[in-house]
Amino acid sequence: MAVGKEIKTQIASIGSTRKITSAMEMVAASKMRRAQDRMESSRPYARSIRGVIQHLAKANPEYKHLYMQNNDLKRVGFIVVGSDRGLCGGLNVNLFKAAIGKMKEFNSQNVEIDFCAIGGKAVSFFRNYGGNVKAATSGLGDAPELEALIGSVKVMLDSFNEGKLDRLYVVSNEFVNTMTQKPTIEQLLPLQAEEDDDTLNHHWDYIYEPDARDLLTGLLTRYVESMVYQAVVENNACEQAARMLAMKNATDNAGNLIDELQLIYNKARQAAITQEISEIVSGAAAV
Amino acid sequence: MAMTVHCDIVSAEEEIFSGLIEFVSVRGSLGELGIYPGHTPLLSEIKPGPVELRKQGGEEDIFYVSGGFLEVQPHKITVLADTALRAGDLDEATAVEAQKHAEQAMADKQGEFEYSRAATQLAEAAAQLRTLDAIRRKLGK
Repeated sequence: MAVGKEIKTQIASIGSTRKITSAMEMVAASKMRRAQDRMESSRPYARSIRGVIQHLAKANPEYKHLYMQNNDLKRVGFIVVGSDRGLCGGLNVNLFKAAIGKMKEFNSQNVEIDFCAIGGKAVSFFRNYGGNVKAATSGLGDAPELEALIGSVKVMLDSFNEGKLDRLYVVSNEFVNTMTQKPTIEQLLPLQAEEDDDTLNHHWDYIYEPDARDLLTGLLTRYVESMVYQAVVENNACEQAARMLAMKNATDNAGNLIDELQLIYNKARQAAITQEISEIVSGAAAV
Repeated sequence: MAMTVHCDIVSAEEEIFSGLIEFVSVRGSLGELGIYPGHTPLLSEIKPGPVELRKQGGEEDIFYVSGGFLEVQPHKITVLADTALRAGDLDEATAVEAQKHAEQAMADKQGEFEYSRAATQLAEAAAQLRTLDAIRRKLGK
C-alpha cells in the first residue's frame, strides 16, 4: 500500500535521531558525574588560595606588588572560558552575551580590551566576532590539565607585567546545579578585598620568606593559574550538564514528533481503507 | 588542654588534611619552621620535604609536600602544596630509584635545562627519603 510512505520514512529518520540524542544524553550524564567530581576535588585548593589572597588584599604590606596596585583603566584583559564542543544548549551563547555586555560597558569608557580564548567554541566565536585575541587554547578534553592552560595565562600575565593591561577578568560559567549554569565575570587582578570580614581591620603585615617580591610573584601567579583552572574545570561540568539537558529535551521532542506523525499515518491509512471499501461496495451495487 | 589552631593542607588535586592542630613543622625556603597557635602572620615558600603535624590530643601525622606556599594567620594555617602525599603512601623503593635516576642524569648533563630539571628531581627524591626516615624514627621510638 503506497499510502503514507513519506510519513513512514520520516518517522524512521526521527526515530534514529532520537536514538542518537538519547545516547548522547546518557554519555553526558556519566561524564557530568566525573566532571563534577573533578570540580569538587580541586575546589579546596581554589578556596584556600582565594582565602590567602583575601588576607593579603587586606594586609598593609610594605611592598605593593604590581598585581595589587590599581592603575588608571586604559586596557583590560578578558579570559573567556567556553566549551570545546557544541550541542550544549545556550551555555556558550549566554556566556558570550554576558562578556559582550561587559565589553560594551568598557568600550563606552574608551577602554580597550584584549582577549584570551579558552575552549574551541570561544576561539571560533572570537574569530568571527573580531576583537584583539592575544592567546587561544582549545582541545582541552574531558580532563583539563593545568599545564595546558599555563601558556595562555602567561601571555596575559606578561602583558599585565609590561603594563599593557590594567585589569584581568575571567569569564566562565558557574555550576549552580544540574539545571542551572550561571555566566559569571570575576576580576582576578588587581586583587580586590571583600568587605564582609572585619577581623583583620587593624594595621598588620606578613613576614615574608624569602623576600616579598619573589614570594608574591610566585604566589599570585599560582593564584591566577588556579583560578583559571578552576573556571575551566567548572565550565566543563557545566558543559556536560547543559548537554545532558539539551539532549534530554531533544529526545522528548523527537518522541512527541513521532507520536504525532504516527497518528497522521494511521488516519491516512484508515481513510484509504474506508475509501477502498466504499468503492468496492458502490461498484457491487452498480452491477 | 593545649592550645590549637585550624590547619588546612590542600594540593591542587584534593584536600589532604583539615582540622585542629597543636603544632606543625614545615621546611620553609629559609629553613625549618615550627609553628604554634597564635603565630604572627607569615607567608613563606615551602621546599620539598615532610610536613609534621601534632593534632589535637597529641596524635602525630606526617605528610610529604613537593613544594608550594605556607600562610600563617594567628587563627589559621594554610599549606598550599604543589603535590601532597600522605607519608604512608610514599614508596621507599621508588624514591631511591628516583634519586639514582636523578643523580645519573646530573652526571651526564647535556644542557642547563636538563641540569636544572635533574636537580629538582634529585631534591624531591631526597626529600621523600627524608620523610620516610622521619616516619621510621617515629615508629622506632
